[in-house]
Amino acid sequence: MPEVKTEEMLLNMGPQHPSTHGVFRVVIRTDGEMVLESESHIGYLHRCFEKVAENNNYLQVVPYTDRMDYLCAMANNLGYAQTVEKLMKLQVPERAEYIRVIVTELNRIASHLMAFGTYGMDLGAMTPFLYAFRDREMLLKIFEKLCGQRLNYSYIRVGGVTFDMTDEILADIERFCEYFEPDILNEYNDLLSYNGIFISRAANVGVLPADLAISYGVTGPSLRGSGVARDLRKDEPSSIYERFDFDVVVGSGEMGTVGDCWDRYMVRVREMTESVKIVRQAIRDIPSGLFCDKKAFRGVKPPKGEVYHKVEGARGEVGFYIVSDGTVKPYRVKARGPSFCNISVLDALTSKGDCMVADMVAIIGSLDIVMGEVDR
Amino acid sequence: MGLESAQIHQILKEKFADAVLEEAADAVDPFIVVKPEVIEDLAYFCRDDSRLEFDLLSCISGVDYPERNVIEVIYCLDSTPNKHWLIVKVALPRDNAQVHTVENVWRTADWHERETYDLLGVNFQGHHNLIRILCAEDWVGYPLRKDYVMPESFRGIRNVVY
Repeated sequence: MPEVKTEEMLLNMGPQHPSTHGVFRVVIRTDGEMVLESESHIGYLHRCFEKVAENNNYLQVVPYTDRMDYLCAMANNLGYAQTVEKLMKLQVPERAEYIRVIVTELNRIASHLMAFGTYGMDLGAMTPFLYAFRDREMLLKIFEKLCGQRLNYSYIRVGGVTFDMTDEILADIERFCEYFEPDILNEYNDLLSYNGIFISRAANVGVLPADLAISYGVTGPSLRGSGVARDLRKDEPSSIYERFDFDVVVGSGEMGTVGDCWDRYMVRVREMTESVKIVRQAIRDIPSGLFCDKKAFRGVKPPKGEVYHKVEGARGEVGFYIVSDGTVKPYRVKARGPSFCNISVLDALTSKGDCMVADMVAIIGSLDIVMGEVDR
Repeated sequence: MGLESAQIHQILKEKFADAVLEEAADAVDPFIVVKPEVIEDLAYFCRDDSRLEFDLLSCISGVDYPERNVIEVIYCLDSTPNKHWLIVKVALPRDNAQVHTVENVWRTADWHERETYDLLGVNFQGHHNLIRILCAEDWVGYPLRKDYVMPESFRGIRNVVY
């Protein structure tokens, strides 16, 4: 039999590819089915957020933060609003704090549902996607009722929130929680999490050790999947998160190795339970009163200074570094999106020699990136 | 909980006595300004010292101040075991903005330094792959510098100003 010649091949994946979750390009050097090395290229969705922010006043920046992580816009709004409030030493009304927690957690659930659904689809399971979207739709309807928007809310602004949470919406949210947890989550687990094919595709794949994750600045569920209990809601409770009782979910290597794709996936599924817990407590305790600081809504002019503030978004640490020169426009806004750091670890994960081309898709999906935030 | 900012600053002042140029203890977020030359040593010290253990670099940002003729590079550090944070700054001259890379200390710095280079034109010496990351590779100029002039067009696509 003649000797079969093999040679390495350079493959281009993306920027338009269904499983890169946006316009993301990876150049892969392959040897047959194995990935030897990969190189990520980003920037296809760059919209100059930071430059635009310098040319607008503090309130006009809020809609741009929505469009960074458009699957969890509330967390971006929250991060930005709290950063400006920290700069101004502005205290928002108690009711606004509770509403902020409720909507951020609901948005986290919506975002994790999207991650759950698309991850199943990445690995060849179409049905969970439809289930996830059925339930996500209920949340989007609640948001629509609340602020008229389904994705880009601009709901949390400097000084509070734009609309009050009515009793009717609170009842809707309670009904959703009742419906969702635990029945629906158990259904998801039966459907996908403990499915044999899914486990063999995700377990022991893309193992991300804790020290590597931290070195690359990976945060959020992707870091917790590696067994590090870092959650800014617990560690640096900036809003009123210390009042709620919830657990930080970490990966334990249940199906394979700590920090594999299955762990990262499962952290998200389990976190939904914790978010429902927080929402239930917040609904129970929500006080009546004002929902915004009317004066701040008309315009703000923070004093000179600079501040870095971070909150826990659905994908990790959403940070804003804002420099104020005492005018109505920010001198500099730097946005630290979690996806930007999370995706930078991809090359390290896929260049270890044990990664196949199909695993590449599993790894990108398990990092749960939003390109709007990577490129800003 | 970990150390207070003042304690962290004290540790750094003891170790890098003549390299700490300024300490803003009363700012909303306290920070220290250090000499650019020591940044890599300081980074290693911050990461490895058992009292500090800043193992996570949250972000690197750059700010342009034309009237002072400096570009500031700001490192926001975070410690996962100790749960405290630190903001370190270096001030670089605008016409020769150079500072040593910290990508060997924290891998996060790789992309963040590329971003700062891309948008502000800070040259991180020793970086293994200092190329543009967000803008197109043939983009001219550094958009986040305050004196940046928006180009009329890019590759034949006109810049429409409404």
